[in-house]
Amino acid sequence: MPYETDYTNQGFSKVGTRVNRPDGVDKVTGRAKYGADANAAGQLVGRILRSPHAHALITKIDTSKAEKLPGVKAVLTGKDFPDLTGGDRGMMNILENCMARGRALYDGHAVAAVAAIDADTANEALKLIKVTYKQLPHVTDVDEAMKPSAPIIHDWVRTTGVTPAPTTASNVAQRTEFGHGDIDAGFAQADVIIEKSFKTEQTHQGYIEPHACLATLGPDGSGELWVTTQGHFTFRNVCASLLGLDVAKLRVTASEIGGGFGGKTHVWTEPVALQLSRRANRPVKLVMSRDEVFKATGPTSSTSVDVKIGAKRNGKITAASAELRYQSGAFPGMWAMLGAMTSFACYDLKNVKSVGFDVLVNRPKVAAYRAPSAPMAAFAVESVVDMVAAELGMDAVEFRIKNAAKKGTKASYGPVYGPIGIGPTLEAVKNHPHMKRKLGKNQGRGVACGFWFNFGGQTCTDLNIGVDGSVNLTVGTVDVGGSRASLALIAAEELGIDYEQVRVTIGDTNSLGHNDTTEGSRGTFSSGMAAIFAARDAVEVLKQRAAATWGIPVEQVVWEAGEARAKGKQNNNLPPLSLKEIAAKSPRTGGPIAGHNEVVADGAGVSFASHMCDVEVDPETGATKILRYTVVQDAGKAIHPDYVEGQFQGGAAQGIGWALNEEYVYGDDGRLQNAGFLDYRIPVCSDLPFIDTQILEIPNPNHPYGVRGVGETSIVPPLAAIGNAVSNAVGVRMDHVPMSPPRILKAIEAAQG
Amino acid sequence: MQVQLSGILSQAAGGARCVECAGATIGELLQALLLKYPEMQSHLDDGIAVAINGEIYRDRRDQPIPANADVFLLPRIQGG
Repeated sequence: MPYETDYTNQGFSKVGTRVNRPDGVDKVTGRAKYGADANAAGQLVGRILRSPHAHALITKIDTSKAEKLPGVKAVLTGKDFPDLTGGDRGMMNILENCMARGRALYDGHAVAAVAAIDADTANEALKLIKVTYKQLPHVTDVDEAMKPSAPIIHDWVRTTGVTPAPTTASNVAQRTEFGHGDIDAGFAQADVIIEKSFKTEQTHQGYIEPHACLATLGPDGSGELWVTTQGHFTFRNVCASLLGLDVAKLRVTASEIGGGFGGKTHVWTEPVALQLSRRANRPVKLVMSRDEVFKATGPTSSTSVDVKIGAKRNGKITAASAELRYQSGAFPGMWAMLGAMTSFACYDLKNVKSVGFDVLVNRPKVAAYRAPSAPMAAFAVESVVDMVAAELGMDAVEFRIKNAAKKGTKASYGPVYGPIGIGPTLEAVKNHPHMKRKLGKNQGRGVACGFWFNFGGQTCTDLNIGVDGSVNLTVGTVDVGGSRASLALIAAEELGIDYEQVRVTIGDTNSLGHNDTTEGSRGTFSSGMAAIFAARDAVEVLKQRAAATWGIPVEQVVWEAGEARAKGKQNNNLPPLSLKEIAAKSPRTGGPIAGHNEVVADGAGVSFASHMCDVEVDPETGATKILRYTVVQDAGKAIHPDYVEGQFQGGAAQGIGWALNEEYVYGDDGRLQNAGFLDYRIPVCSDLPFIDTQILEIPNPNHPYGVRGVGETSIVPPLAAIGNAVSNAVGVRMDHVPMSPPRILKAIEAAQG
Repeated sequence: MQVQLSGILSQAAGGARCVECAGATIGELLQALLLKYPEMQSHLDDGIAVAINGEIYRDRRDQPIPANADVFLLPRIQGG
């Protein structure tokens, strides 16, 4: 049933309150079941053998000894995954990433898999598999991979986006260009031009829960998959497609998720676990080690970016350009394109051009990480914005306000903006008490802006009212950041009942129509929209039941404050009927009362944030301490402010780790040197101050409550905000992330000559 | 109507950044675009988002396009 999605500026009694989270007790008592917490009778242990080489031909795999080991029930290699993709290159890339097909493309690439009765047997079997490799030249650096002399990762890749179309293979998979105006003319008008190059290293989302699943697939092609994922419907579709299954016969259930941030939007081991189960005809549990998570899931791109910005003495930017080179691992991606699209999105620019190059290297296949690709672009652009402001002698915040995009601005990536929040976030920064704090010796302050698109997508929701008036809302978007609490508030708001009367469940793939993955900050935006409409659908049924009870036309019934009320003087003698009263009588008035909605939730409002931070840098060690950090972001409408603030703080915390410490370190042999949390340092509580937040609410015109996604934008500004703060503290422009102690010391020493 | 093409989509239209195309809805517009530029098929397969007066639609092919609307075609994007 179609409903109007426009913002209506309605009042709220439940939405916007800070109610208790529904999953808190389960999570702190250990009752919550994560990916590795499911078990099945007769289950086997799955393990994967991985390439120790960055790039190698697999000339032979001998699995005979492993197969003969007592307790081993299945052994698979690439030949056990027939090509069912029908020429779909994207699907083939997924399949090849799950299991190598004749060539190992990065350190950690899967080359074989076993299922055995226990972990010891499975591990022993891996040792008995003899793989003969012929090592090939490798390349792991994005700039090196673009050189004509670089080893070619795939001979079928031709650079798209260039004219004429190339006829020879290249590691540059795609060139994309965005912008408008005439940048040459714009730079000619500038009084000041700053041009600088930057690098950022590869990072991992660092979710605490490794990938894990329990797969059951019988010879009849019916299967079950319990898995930690951001999108169980997508996992179902991809696994069914790769393995030749009917979509409806594979039931996928999403476990509780111990962090995803984009890294659990893709399949990595799940098709392998299902195929092992099919071969052994027994359930297979496959849990990745941390080493495997680092080596063989989807980290971010490492990047190399050039930025040039010109401005008049009056502080108006006249032109801006960027060239962004992002590595996508061993398979083509769209990561540089996203960097190019987001790089200048915060600003109102007459002349702008951004060019992205997506580049293949011998590293794991890159995946999304919270506003994918935007943080690296923002680091480069916001650093140069600060440099231009300094050159002009202008306050960096005032300079940004003067050039901020607003309603009607033609975005650097093309469309014209509706109502947006970049200007208000900058004004909030300017007036924030944080900005008045006095800085001490070796301390610096930095400010930066960030943008992310947000999106909605396919969504399907059921709402069922029990005979006691309690409500179960079943949604298909995995709860990665508190959406169950927010959706319960929305249902309670629409029905006029208490929050505690609503329980929200994440339905499996057989209980609802397709739901897109929880990505693009869409969970509360899109399932919230569907929950509103499902509740309104149920309210229509409640009104009909009340009308039938009273014996009056339904047109004379309204729903107010959780009860049906009869309108008109002729109905003055009819007392209201509450939801509980109508529900109690439902078995005899027509049966269960339910609401349903399926929607393509388009029109997600774009999101902007501005961050400020104070740092102190120890000039002897190069160590940076974050003294104070504040996030200001537009949420459209904060359904549950605690969770919104939590998203702001989480993104900032991850950004702080990215800015200061986190980094994939590759050796000359192309192997990852630090695949563990001891050597890959994510921030812990003692590294962070309390992160202050300020929520702005500039309604999204395309959502009934004005909701915008909030989950991703908060990771966009931190690299740049900290980069600006450290640069101001040490008096040297930092141009390489992470700004680890050795890198800061090196920059200071270089500046001192 | 004038339809603006961004990034890699313009290559499928022979390098044109702006093309003339008709359609009362997003679905009709994309169908017309494909008839005119068959190379657009691979991008349609990958997914195309359509911005109408600044609002980005990724999936709704029945979305009406008002007269004189600012229409901008973008590649479909991924999120985290």
